[in-house]
Amino acid sequence: MEMDNIEKLLERYFDASATVAEEETLRAYFSKDDVAAHLEPYAPMFQYFSNAKEERYTKQVPLKPSVNFNKWGGVAAVAVLAFGVYFGNEYREQQIADQEKARLAYNQTKKAFALLAENFSRGTEKVAYLNEFEETKDKIYNNN
Amino acid sequence: MKQAEFLNAVMPFKDKLYRLAKRLLVSTEEAEDATQEVLLKLWSKKSAMKGYNNVEAFAMTMTKNFCLDRLKSKQAGNLKLVHSNYSDDSSSLQTQLEARDSANWVQRIMEELPEQQKMVLQLRDVEQYEYHEIEALLDMKPTAIRVALSRARKTIREKLIQKHSYGNG
Repeated sequence: MEMDNIEKLLERYFDASATVAEEETLRAYFSKDDVAAHLEPYAPMFQYFSNAKEERYTKQVPLKPSVNFNKWGGVAAVAVLAFGVYFGNEYREQQIADQEKARLAYNQTKKAFALLAENFSRGTEKVAYLNEFEETKDKIYNNN
Repeated sequence: MKQAEFLNAVMPFKDKLYRLAKRLLVSTEEAEDATQEVLLKLWSKKSAMKGYNNVEAFAMTMTKNFCLDRLKSKQAGNLKLVHSNYSDDSSSLQTQLEARDSANWVQRIMEELPEQQKMVLQLRDVEQYEYHEIEALLDMKPTAIRVALSRARKTIREKLIQKHSYGNG
């Protein structure tokens, strides 16, 4: 009676219309030692399927938390950049202001020097008069 | 998601991924690489993983696609897959031994099946997935799955009976 059932199940199995439970019954039957002689050729098939399920993946997978690192690395880089842009700009503005101040000071000094020079030359003109006086004085001395 | 959490989620089906990869790629090394690749991809998508209602099905589909791509690129590069786990035992003594070990025949026969039949057979007869799960995994119509499965099983039966009668005769 069990034989009939197995044969029917086999038929359904090869038509791919058996359910998972029915296929399980077949696997159980063929895993036993007392398989009917005429069904013997099928045994390796079911035995193989059962064995194949025992294969295991034993390799270790190197799971690095690299994703997190990259994310924070990016955040840090952006922060540094923003810092640089912000303070760098301030520094540049500072420099420009300094330069401006220096130029102003330079111009003013130049003006002051120019004024001084003008006055000096005016001074020399007066000294020229003095020279005239000296010459006249010499003439008088020499005449005597 | 922490590493331990991820491993707990992945543990139950990582062997299934590996077995599917090995079914398609045949070589143990190739299958291990493929499995590692798929797991690393999953790990890099771990934040999105909670959104998938079935991580296992997602991972299986990833494995299938990855392996098929591998096979395609191998063919394009005109390279044969390295059957390193068989190349060693090609001596006549070994073949004789294998002839007695009928379960190995089934494996050999399965290697000769078309990819789609291999996958259907692997998912159904080795992993015992339900038909609707296989439909989703392989993106196939129910009838197509039954036809492929029936053909694959019948091919194995025929070849086994051939071998069996050789053995007896």
